[in-house]
Amino acid sequence: SFPRSIRIRRAPSRDAPPTMAHSMRDDPDAGGFNFDNVRRNDMLRGTGLHFKNAMKTGTTISGIVFKGGVVLGADTRSTNGETVADKNCEKIHYIAPNIYCCGAGTAADTEAVTGMIASNLELHRMATKRASRVVTALTQLKTHLFKYQGHVGAALVLGGCDANGPHLFTVYPHGSSDALPFATMGSGSLAAMAVFESDFKQDMTETEAKELVARSIRAGIFNDLGSGSNVDLCVITQSGVQYLRNHETPNERTYVRSKGYDFPPGTTQLNRRNFMTASSASLPLNETVIISEGSPEDAMVM
Amino acid sequence: RRDVHNATRVPFGVMIPVRVSHNQSIGPGVVPAGVDPAYDAQYANHKGPVAHVGANGFGRPFSVAPGPITHTQTPYVTGTTVLGMKYKDGVMIACDTLGSYGSTKRYKNLQRMRVVNAKTIIGFTGELSDFDYIMTLLDELNTNDYCEDDGKELSPKEIYSYLCRVMYNRRNKFDPLWNSLVVAGLMKDGTQFLGTVGMIGQHYTDSHLAAGFGNHMARPLFREKHTDDMSEPEARALMEDALRACVMRDKSMMNKFQIAKVEFGKAPTVSEPFAVATSWDYEKFKNPSEFAPGTW
Repeated sequence: SFPRSIRIRRAPSRDAPPTMAHSMRDDPDAGGFNFDNVRRNDMLRGTGLHFKNAMKTGTTISGIVFKGGVVLGADTRSTNGETVADKNCEKIHYIAPNIYCCGAGTAADTEAVTGMIASNLELHRMATKRASRVVTALTQLKTHLFKYQGHVGAALVLGGCDANGPHLFTVYPHGSSDALPFATMGSGSLAAMAVFESDFKQDMTETEAKELVARSIRAGIFNDLGSGSNVDLCVITQSGVQYLRNHETPNERTYVRSKGYDFPPGTTQLNRRNFMTASSASLPLNETVIISEGSPEDAMVM
Repeated sequence: RRDVHNATRVPFGVMIPVRVSHNQSIGPGVVPAGVDPAYDAQYANHKGPVAHVGANGFGRPFSVAPGPITHTQTPYVTGTTVLGMKYKDGVMIACDTLGSYGSTKRYKNLQRMRVVNAKTIIGFTGELSDFDYIMTLLDELNTNDYCEDDGKELSPKEIYSYLCRVMYNRRNKFDPLWNSLVVAGLMKDGTQFLGTVGMIGQHYTDSHLAAGFGNHMARPLFREKHTDDMSEPEARALMEDALRACVMRDKSMMNKFQIAKVEFGKAPTVSEPFAVATSWDYEKFKNPSEFAPGTW
């Protein structure tokens, strides 16, 4: 036990109720990082608890600045471990009418963080009565991700056109960003980057840029196990946005049974027959529904 | 230990001889303890054979390293990727000339592709000393061929199969040769051969291959653009494209390459070192934080 002379006691303030520990819950306005749960988490890890990993997207996303705008591309496979969770998910997220963001990493994190920044920017547009700028979205994303020190697993390719021209940024889960003419992220980023390093040129036309981005996503789809299915594109120029959902579908299902499927009677073995008539059964087949409030049309809406 | 100064001198280096009886009643055999007290007295101070252990009390004899036998755990001087592809007139492989020592670019003139015989070339990634040992083994094969003097020499596929066995057997002894090898050459039936062997014995043959980082950067480009009947200039252009993609994105690579090729009817050659053109004059590189301070 410690000698009396070095025992430290916190003098309880007169107004505060007698509490055991001063934690963030007692003072929610205090800034900075909240480390309340660190000791608890370490103790849990010591007892052998393994924290479940969040679902990752395993992705190829890419973007290019061309003459007059930005083209973003993404594959559509979402993986949960070794299983494909969603064959045709959307990885290009809306941020503003002139700003879109591709997301790689943990699916929930990319959805939540891009949705949050999109809502913030909408309020900001209403307050300032101006179109949003890409750097606004960039700064909000960066500060949010840095605050969570990489635990929010969102790796983003952010692109858009604003008053200062076309912009393309990458944002990493720890909160750093790059401003680049071409960018790729995700597990298929090396395959996509190989295509860009080989064939990127300054000031391409829109058609060339779309074809190059589609090629880079296809390289990710066919050379990376974490990416697959279809190619989504999003072309953003000063005049507007073209969201090309499933722009290419190079993985169509090839086998379809030409004869179709017809099963003659007797295909399934009957074990037991049990007939009930409406009168013999006590099933409430005719029931009157009384609408207590609202109009009858509301009952039709699911 | 025995006292060597006693009256009965024993020849140097011999243990206490076992006392053999020639008694007819019990037959030949060792005299058991308790029968001859004078003989037993010699055993009183005798220690059994000493187990040879290391200086620390365990481990191998004459070793200061603790614990069980350990072999190569990490490579030291390493080479990065090797790329290979077949084309109409033959087969070519390419790599840079850098030997890294950890994160230092230490040896900038390293020849990572060597000619094995008149029809075969080989390139390596990984530890340099292990590759030198492999070249010694291949040299022995060549010497055997020369001594046979029958006008035949080993084909690339035979060299490849031999190396597959060597790598796999070393892996089974938990003492791998820390290399990925690319073996390329021409077969007698007029076809090209291109194969790769890894440090755990995994092996694969294909029309285009890479060892190391090139699997991620170069193979996608090869899959897109490679055909078996490319001409030599086309193949070289595609190879340089792939080398550029690799050197832009591999931190342990330098812009100084060689291409080795074996063509039908010609001797294998390793080219002079060359560099690929790189472009750095994109608009967006010029002032990246212009609109967003803190970005680079």
